[in-house]
Amino acid sequence: MSDKILEIQGVSKFFGSVIALQNVSMFVRPGEVTCLLGDNGAGKSTLIKTLAGVHKPSEGKYFFEGNETLFESPREALNAGIATVYQDLAMIPLMSIWRNFFLGSEPLKAGPIFDVENAKRITREEMAKMGIDIRDPDQPVGTLSGGERQSVAIARAVYFGAKVLILDEPTAALGVKQAGVVLRYIVEARNRGIGVIFITHNPHHAYPVGDHFVILKRGQILGDYAKEEVPIDHLIQMMAGGADLEQLQHELAEATGRS
Amino acid sequence: MTDERVRQMSLTNRLLTRPEFGAFLALVVVWVFFAIVAFDNNFVSWVTTAAILNRAAPLGILAVAVALLMIAGEFDLSIGSIVGFAGMAIMLLITPAEAGGFGLPVWVAVLIALMITLLTGFFNGVLVMATRLPSFIITLGSLFIFRGLAVAIPRLMTNRTQLGGFEDYDSGGWAAAFATKIEVGGARFDIAIIWWIVIAAIATVVLLKTHIGNWIFGTGGDANAARNVGVPVAKLKIALFMVTALAAFTVALIQATQLNSADSLRGTLKEFEAIIAVVVGGTLLTGGYGSVLGPVFGALIFAMVQQGIIITGVDGDWFRVFVGGILVLAVIFNNFIRQRASKR
Repeated sequence: MSDKILEIQGVSKFFGSVIALQNVSMFVRPGEVTCLLGDNGAGKSTLIKTLAGVHKPSEGKYFFEGNETLFESPREALNAGIATVYQDLAMIPLMSIWRNFFLGSEPLKAGPIFDVENAKRITREEMAKMGIDIRDPDQPVGTLSGGERQSVAIARAVYFGAKVLILDEPTAALGVKQAGVVLRYIVEARNRGIGVIFITHNPHHAYPVGDHFVILKRGQILGDYAKEEVPIDHLIQMMAGGADLEQLQHELAEATGRS
Repeated sequence: MTDERVRQMSLTNRLLTRPEFGAFLALVVVWVFFAIVAFDNNFVSWVTTAAILNRAAPLGILAVAVALLMIAGEFDLSIGSIVGFAGMAIMLLITPAEAGGFGLPVWVAVLIALMITLLTGFFNGVLVMATRLPSFIITLGSLFIFRGLAVAIPRLMTNRTQLGGFEDYDSGGWAAAFATKIEVGGARFDIAIIWWIVIAAIATVVLLKTHIGNWIFGTGGDANAARNVGVPVAKLKIALFMVTALAAFTVALIQATQLNSADSLRGTLKEFEAIIAVVVGGTLLTGGYGSVLGPVFGALIFAMVQQGIIITGVDGDWFRVFVGGILVLAVIFNNFIRQRASKR
């Protein structure tokens, strides 16, 4: 196993009297998918923002490529190679795919002239490398499906040299088939040696692509399990809190029995 | 590269999805309308064409700059006031000291007035970015501020709100560059038309072929998303406010050389005419979508309607009603075309 590229140790985050994260430790290695599982309110968003450089941890340490680091801004984290793709994306619907792909990092030829031909070609090629074949790079992003938009955002992060890719619920709003497209993309990014942190509340999406699973509950880490040591049922149980789920099953069984 | 999922869109459909196409069609419709209705009034002639273009050029120069700003998601309602302000600045700096002015050589005066005018744009931009208020409100305020200054300062210094005599101090270079008439077919075309074409061409290249253009579209489409990927949104918007001020300055210089004077009230209502030209030209009011060519057509439509009504001899009282009506129709038509085209 290669070294951990990103790691946090004992991180806590307080907002006034609220303890959003407490003593959270997790890591990702290059070429590995760390799944971060948690129900709503578990502290996933705070953890993502802490990893992405938006929040600074109140306590604990942040290591990137083995060195203790403190990012001042998301831009700094991005420059270091930590790319975050948020659920609501950073895509501009009215702009074409190629304009979106290169927004903020336009390839230039001869002074300020935007190298449009290359931009279009690279966009198509990068998407193709990831197994997605876009029809027309001139298409506005607004006409793409949710899964395709996620894919463009991921492809863009990969192309611009992301070493760590943090994906915030990329499959949450998607249908089964679309989610499959994005999952394949995650595997593709992993195969290219990127450390992927995949945040989701859906164990069925996490299990097929994850190498290990970090379960977050009420701001704390419940456990970090390698795929070999945890069957999917067990994962679901832990996520929702086993006892609660059994209780729910009983209640549902009673309710359906009565009707 | 071919792909079975890409339909070969018909040429008309591909044209229809361009922001400026609706305005182009509207332009043709308006021209044909007047060519028929006002044929006996000599609408189809060199003289009328020159009158339309001469009228369209100053508005068109403003509209090109306003288009870039509006695509980036901001408004500038103060541009008309800045035209008046810049003209007075030029003339006040030239007017001799005994008449209450500064008595500077023309080129020094023009240069200093240019700096001051760029500062007005800078002021608008910084205020909008610092307060995070809608630019509509901020520039509505500066509409009054700059118009007020354009009246108050000259009155204070020279006791007048009109300053003449540009040519008395100019050795001829400025007038040649901005006020020359070019005769074609017996009609006199202003050199401002050439400035307009040059400015529009530069703006088109910037918008479509440079990274700045990509930033403009991105900033107008979603300023936050653009900021997240590293676009310097605040700097870009401030620069674009300065570009609209520069356009206002150019128009003020054209007027000062053509009319040989400046007037505190010049440029009144030009801000709305420019916005109308831009919106008729297919630019979204909310930003993120538009072109430079569209507003060029928009300015032409505006001037054509004005000129058409004048030569048709319709009572001038009805002029604004016609202009307003035709412009609203053009926008509705434009939106209709765009929606149909994007659905197919």
